[in-house]
Amino acid sequence: MAALWNDPNVQLVFWALVKILIILHVMLGVVSYMIYAERKIAGHMQARVGPNRVGPFGLFQPIADVAKLFFKEEFTPDGANKVIFHIAPMLAVIPALVTFAVVPFGPQDALRVTDINVGLLLFLAMSSLGVYAITLGGWSSNNKYALLGGLRSSAQMISYELAMGLSTIGVLLMAGSLSLVDIVHAQERWWFVVFQPVAFLIFMITALAETNRAPFDLPEAEAELVAGFHTEYSSMKFGLFFLGEFANVISISCIAVTLFLGGWNGPWLPESLQFIWFFIKLGALLFFFIWIRWTFPRLRYDQLMNLGWKVLLPLSLANILFTAVLLYWRDHR
Amino acid sequence: MTPALFIGFAAMLVACSLMVILHRNPVTSALFLVLAFCSLAGVYLLLHAEFVAMVQIIVYAGAIMVLFLFVIMYLNLRRDLESGVHIAVRRGVGWLLGALLLAEAWVLFGHRWAQGPLASDPSLAGPVGNTQAIGQALYTRYLFPFEITSMLLLVAMVGAVVIAKGRGPHATRRGETPQPKEPA
Amino acid sequence: MIPLSWMLALSAVVFVIGVIGVLVRRNALIIFMSIELMLNAANLAFVAFARSLGSLDGQIFVFFVMTVAAAEVAVGLAIIVNVFRLKETVYVDEINLLKG
Repeated sequence: MAALWNDPNVQLVFWALVKILIILHVMLGVVSYMIYAERKIAGHMQARVGPNRVGPFGLFQPIADVAKLFFKEEFTPDGANKVIFHIAPMLAVIPALVTFAVVPFGPQDALRVTDINVGLLLFLAMSSLGVYAITLGGWSSNNKYALLGGLRSSAQMISYELAMGLSTIGVLLMAGSLSLVDIVHAQERWWFVVFQPVAFLIFMITALAETNRAPFDLPEAEAELVAGFHTEYSSMKFGLFFLGEFANVISISCIAVTLFLGGWNGPWLPESLQFIWFFIKLGALLFFFIWIRWTFPRLRYDQLMNLGWKVLLPLSLANILFTAVLLYWRDHR
Repeated sequence: MTPALFIGFAAMLVACSLMVILHRNPVTSALFLVLAFCSLAGVYLLLHAEFVAMVQIIVYAGAIMVLFLFVIMYLNLRRDLESGVHIAVRRGVGWLLGALLLAEAWVLFGHRWAQGPLASDPSLAGPVGNTQAIGQALYTRYLFPFEITSMLLLVAMVGAVVIAKGRGPHATRRGETPQPKEPA
Repeated sequence: MIPLSWMLALSAVVFVIGVIGVLVRRNALIIFMSIELMLNAANLAFVAFARSLGSLDGQIFVFFVMTVAAAEVAVGLAIIVNVFRLKETVYVDEINLLKG
């Protein structure tokens, strides 16, 4: 037993599992309180109070919501493809959770699950897998509105993924590494948002589109498509879609903090507490996501495609060219 | 641990590939193909080709297969009908030819071809990874083929748009809405 | 350490599955997927040989194969959509007339 415990492979797997367990549970808590925050902020933006009945300031509202979701009827529509109908909500959560494997929360090894040399590519790969949940959920429901939502999302997410991938290349050129830890280390003096403001802007806009948040929530556009891809989903399956959306928002915000806002870097705090900076920046970005949602109206579909293909994509290509030329000039002056 | 992982990924790859060609529902086939590509990415990781593995997931699983799914949903294909004598005959011949090809590969391997272990060259599996080396080679030695592929993609893009737009009687030009007839 | 022949055997098996798919199925989309399987089997052999010979050239060829696959899928799916509009079918044995 002791020999097995001292095996480095076993140790590696054990500690990775412990960290995954911690991240999973913290994530669940953060997501439920982010939903509370969203409702509260939305309330105040619309001159209401927001949820305030369950517990002090409505703080127990998320618990009540989850309990309600659990006790709802689980409904599978007639003519639905049963297996895919059940798998789709799981697919919504998994890619978002996998992304957390490469996010460095702090400078210490204990504060990250792993550091791989293609960390950024893993994030892009997972965000490209995220489209399956919505597309399949919409298709397998055997419902016109759901199918329309699914088709919309597959076109939308593929279009915006390109601009998102290209907007990170400016950062890659400056950091010279695909490892997220190296990218954060490269930002010790200046955050990359200073040198790459255009890329940051493009990344945030595409992040909104990739997570299907307003003003890009066309796959669920309640005014035209009832509820879009999750029209037929009820109970905890709907809850999983909800969880997936917010987990995606959090993971993409983590990546944005890592790439553009200097990760854990920040003044005043000693190295052992620098992870606090990471969470402050993360909180600011999450607030930004909620703020956008309750400020902008939804785009029309042709406006969405025009913005993606005719504005964001050329702009991100121009940004890459500009960055590359500047870097070349700096090195070969 | 590596052989066990390899056997796991290989078994998943073969099983998923078989399901791709055996399942009657095109959407399920496409999903099994996605799974097959992901397990292939796992095999690439075992071969220390991290960059290729990630690009495999981004390009194949994230883009090409979404396109497939999009078309299957757009055409609203449900289950394939496969019955009738001539279809059965053709299927028999197909499996026979496939078995023949596999037997050929078996004989080749039996004759001590492709021996030896996978070399573990330290220059390929260093801690910085091979992304930089691939980039260097791609933009120096392989610059011309690289530019050719960009032309290929451009041509394919134009071709796809032209073909998909169609020239049938129902085709309308983009941005041109059919005008309502003026009352006479 | 995994022997090279295991990788090549895996590649051969996947390639054969792709060939059988092309021969057996009549849905043009499944035939396309089988072609993708064959291309991926070739990619696996490329990467395995790149590892075994200690050279990156095999991995670079994988990129070119992927580019060709992407181009092929884009054009091929456009053709399938067009054929479906004309004939209302994606079964290759029902598309046997040159006349539109």
